[in-house]
Amino acid sequence: MPTSYLWLIPLLPFAGFLMNGTIGRKLPRTLVAAVALIFTAIPAAMVAWLWATMKAAGFPESITVICKPFGYDWIAITGFRVDFAFTVDHLTLIMLGVVTGVGFLIHVYSAGYMAHEDGYWRFFAYLNLFMFFMSVLVLADSFLLLFVGWEGVGLASYLLIGFYFKKDSAANAGKKAFIVNRIGDFGFLLAMFLIVAHFGSLTFSQVFSAISANPDWHGGILTAIALLLVVGAAGKSAQIPLYIWLPDAMEGPTPVSALIHAATMVTAGIYMVARCHTLFDRSPYALGVVAIIGAATAIFAACIGMVQHDIKRVLAYSTVSQLGYMFLACGVGAYTAGIFHLLTHAFFKALLFLAAGSVIHALSGEQDMRKMGGLRTKIPITFWTMTMGVFAIAGIPPLAGFFSKDEILYQAFISPNPIGKVLWAVGLITAGMTSFYMFRLWFKTFFGESHVEEAPHDSHDAHAAAHSHGVHESPWIMLGPLVILAILSIIGGWVGVPVALGGHNEIEHFLDPVFISGTAEAATTAVSHGLELTLAAVSVLTAVVGFFIAFAFYYKKPGTAAAIAQKSPALYRLVENKFFVDEIYGAIFVTPLLMFSRAILGGLIDSGLVNGSGALAGATTRGLSHVTRRIQSGNIRSYAGWLALGAAAVLVVMVFGRFWVR
Amino acid sequence: MSATVPVAYYLVLAAVLFSVGIAAFLIKRNVISIFMSIELMLNAVNLTFVAFAHMWHQVQGQIFVFFVMVVAAAEAAVGLAIIIAIFRTRQTLNVDQINLMKS
Repeated sequence: MPTSYLWLIPLLPFAGFLMNGTIGRKLPRTLVAAVALIFTAIPAAMVAWLWATMKAAGFPESITVICKPFGYDWIAITGFRVDFAFTVDHLTLIMLGVVTGVGFLIHVYSAGYMAHEDGYWRFFAYLNLFMFFMSVLVLADSFLLLFVGWEGVGLASYLLIGFYFKKDSAANAGKKAFIVNRIGDFGFLLAMFLIVAHFGSLTFSQVFSAISANPDWHGGILTAIALLLVVGAAGKSAQIPLYIWLPDAMEGPTPVSALIHAATMVTAGIYMVARCHTLFDRSPYALGVVAIIGAATAIFAACIGMVQHDIKRVLAYSTVSQLGYMFLACGVGAYTAGIFHLLTHAFFKALLFLAAGSVIHALSGEQDMRKMGGLRTKIPITFWTMTMGVFAIAGIPPLAGFFSKDEILYQAFISPNPIGKVLWAVGLITAGMTSFYMFRLWFKTFFGESHVEEAPHDSHDAHAAAHSHGVHESPWIMLGPLVILAILSIIGGWVGVPVALGGHNEIEHFLDPVFISGTAEAATTAVSHGLELTLAAVSVLTAVVGFFIAFAFYYKKPGTAAAIAQKSPALYRLVENKFFVDEIYGAIFVTPLLMFSRAILGGLIDSGLVNGSGALAGATTRGLSHVTRRIQSGNIRSYAGWLALGAAAVLVVMVFGRFWVR
Repeated sequence: MSATVPVAYYLVLAAVLFSVGIAAFLIKRNVISIFMSIELMLNAVNLTFVAFAHMWHQVQGQIFVFFVMVVAAAEAAVGLAIIIAIFRTRQTLNVDQINLMKS
C-alpha cells in the first residue's frame, strides 16, 4: 500500500461516525450496519495490505507520514513543533492488526447482537468513533497525538458504557470511568509537560534518540516522567489503584465490553509503556513500580473474580488480572512478552466476552451464573467456541494463552530484578486462580442442572424485553465472529512458540527492532531451555490443578463452594464485596470531595458569591427604580414642570456654560 | 427710524410672556386656562421671531409666525372640540379629575 494513504486508516471510521451520527437516525438498520461495517472493513484490509507492503520492503524500521490537512502545520511555535504525523513500525503493525481486525469482527457481531435495540445508529456511530481514535492512538508518532487518541477512546468508552443512559447504573458507570480516567490522564499530562520542558519536543523519535544519545543518563527526571506515565497507563489499563472503573464498565452492551474493555482500549496503557520502553529502561525504579503494580493487580483482581456471580463481571476482573500480567511483563523488561500477551488476550478475551454475550442473548438478558447451567447442549456452537476461549486463558497448551503467559512467567523468573522470583510466584498463583475462575464460569454456565428461569424477570441488560422466547442459539452473524476468534485463540499463540519447545518465537524476532534494548538482556540469559521447560510444566500443572478444583467444586459436588464459603463467612464477604475498595475510595475521596463541593463550592461560592452577586444586582436595580419610578406619575403638570426645569437648565448651561468650560 | 425700540426689549417682553405662560400652565387647573397659557407661550415665541426678523431684516421669521398662527388656530379648533367633548362626558374641566388613564 502506498504509505501516503496511511491517514485513511483512521479517517474512514471517522467518516462512518459522521455518516451514522448525523443521518443514521433516519436510515434503515441494515444500511446503518452496512456503513459501519464497510468503514471498518476497509481499514482492516488496508492494514493487511500495509503488512504485505512492509514485508515486501523487508520491514523497514519505521515509516512516518506527516499529514498536513489543507497544507497547514498542526502545531508550530518557535522552537517547538508537533506534526500531525503517523508512524508505522513493527509494534504499531501488531496493534493496528488487533484494533482493526478484532474491531471488525466485533462490528459484525454487534450487527446481530444489537438488532433489537433502540439507538442502533447511535451505537454504531460511537463504535466507529472509537475505531477512529484507537487507530490514531496506535499510529501517533508523538506523545501529543497519542494523547488525542487516548482522550478520544476515553470519550467513546464513556459514551458506550452509558449507552443505556436511561438506566442510572449505566450512566453512573460511564461517569465513573470518565472521572477515574481523568485522574490517570492528569499524570499523563504532567509527564508530557516534563518531557516538553526537558526535551523540547513531544515526538517519539526525537525524545527517544535524545535518551539514547546519553547512555549514562539514568533515573532522576526520567524516573519522574516514567512514573507519571505509569499513572496514566494505570488509569487507562485499569491497574491498581485506578482499576475500579473497569468492572462497572460492564454496564455497556457486551460487544463494547469485548472491544473496548477487553481487547483494545484497555491495552493502550501497555502499548504506551512498551512504546516508551527507551524511557522505562533507564529507570529501574519506575520499571519496578510497573512490575509490582502489575503483579498486585493480577492476583488481586483474580481473587475478586473467583467469587463473582455475574458472568460479565467475572470476565471484567479477569481482564484486569490479565492486564496486570502485561504490566508485569513490561515491568521486568519483557516488552515483547507483554505485547504477545496483549495479542493473544485480545483474541481470547474478545471471544469470551462475545460468547458470554451470546449466552446472555440466548437467555434473553440473564447475566447471573446462578441462573444458568446445563447450556452445553442447548447452544452448542457458543459452548464450543467459549470452551476454546476458556482453555486458552487458563493456559492449557497448545492454545494461545499458554505461550504468552508462559513467556511472561519465564521472563519474570529470569529477570535480574531482585524480586523477580516473587513476581513469578505471584504470577503462577494467579495463573492457577485464573484457571479456577474460568472453569468455574464454564461449569456453572454450561454443565450441571439448568437453573434457567423461564420467564425472564428483572433483567440486567436492556436486551431482554425485545424477545423473550426460550433458550436459543444466536444467529450466524454472531456465531461467525465467535468461530473466527476461537480459531485465532487456538493458533494465535503459535507465532511465539519458544525455542525450548521447538519453535522459533517469531514474534520476538519481529519486535526486536523496536525493543532491541529491552530484549538484549533476555537474549543473553535465555539459554537454559531446561529451566524454561520446567517452568512451563509447573504452570501447566497449576492450570490443571485449577481445573480440577473447579471440577470438584462446581461439577462433582456443586455445594462444596458454598460450604467452604460458610466456614469463613467474613473472608467470603470481604472478597465478594471486592474488598470494599469502592466503599473505601468513597469514604476517603468521594465523600470529602462531595462535602467540600457542597459546602465550599456549592454553599459559599455558588450560593454565596455567584447567586449573591446576581441577587445584589437585582436588588440594586429594584431599589433605584423604586425611587425613580415616582417620576412617572402620570400627572401632566409634573411632566410639564420637569420639562420647564430641563429647558431652564439647558438655558443656564448655554448662557453660563462658557464660564465653566475654561 | 431714528429711535427704534431695541431688540432686547422685545426679547425681555417675550421671556416674561413665556414665563407667565409656563407658570399658568403649571398652576391652573381649568383646561381652558391651560389652553390659553399655551397660546400665550406660542405668542411669546412669535414675538421673538418677529423681533429677530426685524433685527436681521429677514423675512423668514415673519413667515414662521404665520405658520405658527395657522397651527395655533387649527390646534384651538381641535382643542376646543376636545374640551367640549370632555365637558359633555365628565361635567368638569378640572384636569386633576380627568385621570382615567392613571392606574
